Amino acid sequence: MIGHALPEFILALGILAMLLLGALGGEKRAWLVTELAIGVLGLALVACLFQPSGATVLFNGLLVDDAFGRFMKALSLVGSIATLLMAMAWFRRRGLDQYEFPVLVCLATLGMMILISADNLMALYLGLELMSLALYVIAAYARADARASEAGLKYFVLGALSSGLLLYGASLIYGFAGTLGFAGIAAELQGPASLGIIFGLTFLMAGLAFKMSVVPFHMWTPDVYEGAPTPVTAFFASAPKIAAIAITLRLVSVAFPGISGEWRQIIIFMSVASMALGAFGAIGQTNIKRLMAYSSIGHMGFALVGLAAGTAQGVEGVMLYMTIYLVMTLGTFAAIIAMEIKGQAVENIADLAGLSSTNFPMAFFLAMMMFSLAGIPPLAGFFAKWYVFVAAIHAGLYVMAVLGVLASAVAAFYYLRIVKVMFFDAAGASFDRASLTLRSLLAGAGVLVMVFWVWPGPVVAVTHHAARALMQGQKP
Amino acid sequence: MNDLINNWLPLAIFVALALVIAGVLLIAPFLVAFKAPDGEKLSAYECGFNAFDDARMKFDIRFYLVSLLFIIFDLEVAFLFPWAVAFHRIGAAGFWSMIAFLAVLTIGFVYEWKKGALEWD
Amino acid sequence: MTPAVVFFYIFASVLCLAAFMVITARNPVHSVMFLILAFVASSGLFLLIGAEFLAMLLVVVYVGAVAVLFLFVVMMLDVDFAELKQGFLQYLPIGALIGGLVVIELVLVVGGFIATPSGGGHVQTPTPAAASNVMALGEVLYTRYFYLFQAAGFVLLTAMVGAIVLTLHHKPGVKRQNIAAQNARTRAGAIDIVKVPSGRGLEAAE
Repeated sequence: MIGHALPEFILALGILAMLLLGALGGEKRAWLVTELAIGVLGLALVACLFQPSGATVLFNGLLVDDAFGRFMKALSLVGSIATLLMAMAWFRRRGLDQYEFPVLVCLATLGMMILISADNLMALYLGLELMSLALYVIAAYARADARASEAGLKYFVLGALSSGLLLYGASLIYGFAGTLGFAGIAAELQGPASLGIIFGLTFLMAGLAFKMSVVPFHMWTPDVYEGAPTPVTAFFASAPKIAAIAITLRLVSVAFPGISGEWRQIIIFMSVASMALGAFGAIGQTNIKRLMAYSSIGHMGFALVGLAAGTAQGVEGVMLYMTIYLVMTLGTFAAIIAMEIKGQAVENIADLAGLSSTNFPMAFFLAMMMFSLAGIPPLAGFFAKWYVFVAAIHAGLYVMAVLGVLASAVAAFYYLRIVKVMFFDAAGASFDRASLTLRSLLAGAGVLVMVFWVWPGPVVAVTHHAARALMQGQKP
Repeated sequence: MNDLINNWLPLAIFVALALVIAGVLLIAPFLVAFKAPDGEKLSAYECGFNAFDDARMKFDIRFYLVSLLFIIFDLEVAFLFPWAVAFHRIGAAGFWSMIAFLAVLTIGFVYEWKKGALEWD
Repeated sequence: MTPAVVFFYIFASVLCLAAFMVITARNPVHSVMFLILAFVASSGLFLLIGAEFLAMLLVVVYVGAVAVLFLFVVMMLDVDFAELKQGFLQYLPIGALIGGLVVIELVLVVGGFIATPSGGGHVQTPTPAAASNVMALGEVLYTRYFYLFQAAGFVLLTAMVGAIVLTLHHKPGVKRQNIAAQNARTRAGAIDIVKVPSGRGLEAAE
């Protein structure tokens, strides 16, 4: 029975071991602790992938282990592992390689695990807080840097506000439904929902929208992405977003299937607004981390198109979108972390000028990332968009699909501008030789997005199965 | 509801008494004390000089760390109260549940200690 | 009016007044003091609805620790609060607008609650009639909600690590007392007896 919570269990024990090892061994153990953290996360990933199939509810309805959760947990774990791989050398060069960083990343990941498999509003809140608390700290991790401190503070103040909104919504739902379990809430919502439930749902969505960074709760994203250390930004753009979108999917499709008309309105608005803001906000950016912030807002908007459809096909589209988004984001950030001239990190798009002549492989793979982010066929990013738009059209959301296609056409402009800067501008100072880890991450992600169309079968089959299982509701 | 009031009546009386005594001590000087206010007499006195700046100084951030660590252990203790009250009803599962919780925080405590967060300098 | 109602109005009005003073007091230290008063008054309200444990927790944790933390923070900041309040009038209209919207929402929600009194009929863990509040909590918190309890432990651990990572810095060059090393000192390690040749000083002996 405990086997169904094995990834969480491994991670929790691993965190304690890492903290003890670090505390007793001193600062010089930072490298060892990071390697241990990668090992523990990898072990949790294996445990996650080899869980027996089917859905099991554990701990009196607080945690559910199902195919959907396992898939999203595996994605988050991949995001965390890649972050640690990229961060190790980066922090060491800046004298910031303390063992607390991997511990905090693992704590945030544990929060994501709890969040993704939450089957109760209390578990949802605790998972969200565990994740967010660790994220606030690592946003300000480079505390001597004023920009990082500002990013951490901004993220914390707005994040605390959003947690408050979420708690208020949860308490309203508890008051009106009398229960915090998702299945219980769904059972209570037969027939027209009362005003209190709708208010509660709205507040819950607001709190979750902040974590997903979709419009209108996106304001923190560009500043935090720019200010935080680059590996931390890579982490923010990957794993926590997957956890937040996973719990949103689970919450609305398990707890609120009875009032799908109500939450779909909210999702449609957030989705369209995010696509538009992501497309237009990024145009004037000169800093590549800020650009990626707007890009991630836009991508969250595209992913939510699938959820707006409210069907199993839509959920499948979102899962597929997040998988491909994760690969693209990690690849792009591996390239951004590799942007260093004589040991100094540079973050401007102009610094990429003429990269094709100084470092052709990097320019080529980064260009592939940009084409894929823009959604140009036959790269993976195109299929991601394809799946969610098809789901939207099947659900009758024609206007939304058209708006989405228009937004991605606008967004293509700034992705292609980066390609143009790399291939057609006069070369500037060349970058330092990147570490093997960064190069292989970038190349791996590049190959994945290029060959996805050859053999999409396994991923599509898994997401298909998991989405059906989620939409059919909980099996006891 | 009446039960509740009866249970807490001593506390209510105590608080009321405290308020009355404090109020009387606060108000009595206004009525009975001798007063001759004067601008110089009421101004801030700093060792023969006029006051240089605001009386409020910046605190060291270490005070903050101490109180933050105190809050964490305060909450840990708060979890112990219901455990102690319900101890004979929750059996071995409840006992080991609390031991696991304490173990997690004890590892945190070891970390704190080895980091030197409990030392002042 | 029963005594409970009298107490409710006393606590509620003190709470509202104190909360109002928190945001209007000129001196931030006074604001914190009013915040403490607000905590105490709301703990009285918790007592009235039978949540005795929460009432005590509010006094122990919020008044005892969180308020102290607030005081430190307020005193740590070297901010001219008069200057901070300059923008008050400027932002008053939009603040009032948002406040008004929240009030309308609250009214709507409370109205909805009166209209559907059947809501909340399916409480998962109703308070047992025979047990006290603390006992009822203790019976479920450590067994039924084991998972959440342990998650709370990890949240506290995160707070501990985070606080140290962000605020702890040791001044370089400070000599600390190491009691174990002091106790472990022996005569052999501390004293060196040297035969000094006459007239040539200590250097020659070494």
